[in-house]
Formats: sequence, C-alpha cells, structure tokens
Amino acid sequence: MNDVLDVALRLAIVFGVFLVAPLLVGQTEHKVMAHMQGRLGPMYAGGFHGWAQLVADGVKFAQKEDVVPAAADRRVFQIAPAVALLPYLLVLVVIPVGPGEGAVGQAVDAGIFFVLAVMGIGVLGSLMAGWASANKFSLLGGLRTAAQLLSYELPMLLTAASVAMAAGTVSLTGILDAFEWWWLPWQIVGALVFFVAGLAELQRPPFDMPVADSEIIFGAYTEYTGLRFALFLLAEYAGIVVLCALTTVLFLGGWHGPFGADGLGWLWTILKTALLAFVVIWLRVSYPRLREDQLQKLAWTTLVPLALAQIALTGIVKVAIN
Amino acid sequence: MLLNVTATVGTTTAAATTAAGDHPGFLSPSGVEIAFLLVGLATLGAAVITVTTKQLVHAALWLVVALGGLAVEYLLLTAEFIAWVQVLIYVGSVVVLLLFGLMLTRAPIGRSPDADSGNRWVALGVAAAAAAALVWVVVDAFRTTWIDLDGPAQGSTEVTGSFLFRNWVLPFEALSVLLLAALVGAIVLSRKRDTDTTVRPGTNRTAKPGTVKPGPPASPGTPGQEEQS
Repeated sequence: MNDVLDVALRLAIVFGVFLVAPLLVGQTEHKVMAHMQGRLGPMYAGGFHGWAQLVADGVKFAQKEDVVPAAADRRVFQIAPAVALLPYLLVLVVIPVGPGEGAVGQAVDAGIFFVLAVMGIGVLGSLMAGWASANKFSLLGGLRTAAQLLSYELPMLLTAASVAMAAGTVSLTGILDAFEWWWLPWQIVGALVFFVAGLAELQRPPFDMPVADSEIIFGAYTEYTGLRFALFLLAEYAGIVVLCALTTVLFLGGWHGPFGADGLGWLWTILKTALLAFVVIWLRVSYPRLREDQLQKLAWTTLVPLALAQIALTGIVKVAIN
Repeated sequence: MLLNVTATVGTTTAAATTAAGDHPGFLSPSGVEIAFLLVGLATLGAAVITVTTKQLVHAALWLVVALGGLAVEYLLLTAEFIAWVQVLIYVGSVVVLLLFGLMLTRAPIGRSPDADSGNRWVALGVAAAAAAALVWVVVDAFRTTWIDLDGPAQGSTEVTGSFLFRNWVLPFEALSVLLLAALVGAIVLSRKRDTDTTVRPGTNRTAKPGTVKPGPPASPGTPGQEEQS
C-alpha cells in the first residue's frame, strides 16, 4: 500500500508541476517582454501586477466555441493537441530535481534516449494539426515543422551523446552523479548546440518560421480555437520548461552548486531552469525570425559540425583522463 | 505475427538465456505474457490497417501506432534501450520523414481511389511467404530458449552495449560502412545537377526570400532534400 501511495504522490507532484510551471513561464514572458519593450504588460487581472492574467486567458479559451472546419479530417484534427501536449508530461516524470532516488518521478535506465524519443513524438502533433486542418497555411506550417525537426534532431542527439560519453552512462541520474564542475567548460559547445537545437525543435523565436503569424497565420494552428488552441500554447510552454530542465540536467550540473548540495539541491535545479527560461524569453525579444533557408543552413553547416567537434573533444579528453 | 516474432529475436539473442531443461509451459501464462499477447494483437491490427486503409496520411499515422506497439513489446521483454531507440528512430524520424514526403507531394484529405495497386494479391503472397519463413526460422532457432522476465533486466543499456561491442562488432562496423556509402551516394546524387547548370556565384545571395534556388526548369524532386534523409 505504501508503494502505491508513493507512486501516486510522485505522479501527482509531477502533474502539478506540469500544470503550474508552464503558466509561470508564460506570465514571466508577459512581464519580461513588456519591460524589455518599455511597457507594463498585464496589470489588472488578479490585482497585483496582473498575476492572474493567464488564468483569465484560460477561462476565456474554455468559453470559446470549439470549431472543427467542415473540410477537415475530424478525428485527426481533434487528437492532435493531445499528441502535442502529452509527451512533455511523460518527459517531466523522468527529470531528476535533486540528489537521490526521492527527487525524481521515475528513474529510467536509458533516460537520455527516453527523453529525446518522447520529445520527438510531440512534433507529430503539429504535423497532424497541419495536415488535418485542410488549410494551405496549416499545411505549409506542418511542412516547415517537419523540415525543421529533421534537421535539428541530429545535433541535439549528437550533443546528448557527448554528455553520455563523458559520464559513461545514459541515465539522467547517473549523469548527475558523475558530474564535476570542469564539465562546464569542457561541454560548453555541446550545451550551446543542444539549447539552440532545442529552441528550434520547440519552434520558439528566432526559429518560429513554422508558426510565423505574420506570414502563414500561425501555421499548423490556424484553424484551432478555444481549448484545443490553448492546449497547443500550453504544449509550447511545457516544452520550454522541459528543454530548460534538460539542459540544466545534462550540461549545467542539475542539483550541483557551490554550496548546499545536500539539502537544497532542488533549489539549484529550479534556479538554473528558471534562468534558462529567462534566456528563452530574452531571445524572443531580441532576435528577428530566421528565414527558412537560413534555418536549414544554421543546422547543417554550423550546429552539426560543432556537435561532431564536441564529440571528438569529449572522446579525446576522456581517453586522456583514463 | 511477423512483428511479434522479430521483437522476440532482438531480445532473446541479446539476453542471457536459461537452459531448456526447466522451461515453463504455455498453459499458465503470467501477466506479462498476457500483456505481450494483447499488445501484439493491437500492433498486428494497426499494421493491417496501415496497409489496407484508403487514406494515405491515416496509413502513416497507423504506422506510428504499429511501431509504438512494437516498442512496448520490447519494453515487456525488458529490452528498454531497444524500445527507446525504436521510438526515437522510427516514430520520431522515419515517420516524420514519411509524412514530410506525403505532404510535399500529395496528401488529400479523404479517400484516395488510386491508393490500391494491381499487384496487391502478389504482394500479399510475398508478405505471407516472408512471414512464414521468418516465423519458421525464429521458432526453429529459439524453441528451447527462454528469457527470465522476473529477474534483473536482461536488455538494459549496459548489457546491450557490451554484447554489441564484444560479440557483434564486425556486423556493426559493416553496417556503418553501408550507411556511410548510402550517405555519400545521396550527396553525389543531389550535387549532380549543379554541374549541368552554370550558376553564377552570388546568385543565391541576391535571391529574394521565398524564391526557389535557380535550377533547371523541369528538375524532378527538390534540391537538397536527399541530404536531410
């Protein structure tokens, strides 16, 4: 009975984080973007600095009519938001927050592979939405999503492999146990490549060509309204949380910190993740959108060679140490 | 059935196996075995729908279900690493590539009347023959081999890795050379067109966003597409 309670409690906590963290990132984005652009952002909902703006948005989305276009493929159109959102929930389960067995939803032996594999499924949701909408803008968005995923998955995998080589394990908790501070300069190129490729996989600016609202009217999500559209938005922000947490765990040492690693390790993880999420928002405000050919060029001529160089460096240092 | 059996091959070869003397019977299946059978049936159903549906994109999506079911089968046989790689490579990349190709060429919503080939009875015969041969070979080879599902995982990353790089290094390297050859071939095929046309240096730079690169007017396929695959 105790085991069942334990598992239920862990899953409940993970689910809670899954519901709350994306909203926090969203609200931070509202405020940070506003202040970077010299305005205030939401100020009224909830009273103090508009903290309840996203709750109000959620209520608004829930009230809207859920429209399915007449020419659309109904079933695929309706399933797509769930396919886009659920993988991120699954990924959150395996990310370790602190040291020991107690601070992870469920430790998975081949953690890196699990995480990257499941994150890849999320993109299928955008593809399904783009195709099933029976709208040429949506189809264009779906096409661009697929092209982007195909080119950015490779550098992401290669850099993750570099960390796995360094740690000698593919388990996320194992990687954190093996972490030393000098991995930071050693793997810094890999960290940058991983983070940039992850941003591209999430279709965040400056890699938001597939959902460019001013060109193809939000791409694959053109025809979506109400709760289904909100689910896609939630998937984007859950993706930010997952990507930042993953970069923290793989490259920034997760719960390791200058002090207090025993009791306050989880605080380090959260701090680093929040910092990365801030960078994600910052990039959105500061960089213009990359054109489709520039996107492909960046992946194939910059990120892939850099990732390969990182793997070579990792191999050389690893052999030298041994 | 073909899918189930190939799943069995992958793990039984990689796993430490117990002797044939004390093999369990078929009549008192455990929970894992029942789950394996049910998931196998679902996978088989998805695979059948994949080849019989008249809607092209639905076929690709049912393929996702079939490949995912196969990954679950690997998991049930404790081959965790193979399961995640299956999801990563097949669901995450191959199917996305397939959908990309479908959307680039034609992906009508609704039925495609010409989705059927006249060769479908021949294809069915070939598929049945291949399945029968595979089932027969696998059953014959592994009839007396059993994996212990209750003990420690026999298909974990560590076991699979050491098995692959100690016992199967040569086939592994041969496969890498094959893949390298395919990669070089793809690059050669996609570059060939550039030598026919005289592209002035700097034309790509001045091209407006959204315009296609200069090339022969009736070029089949999209340049550069092969490189991505």
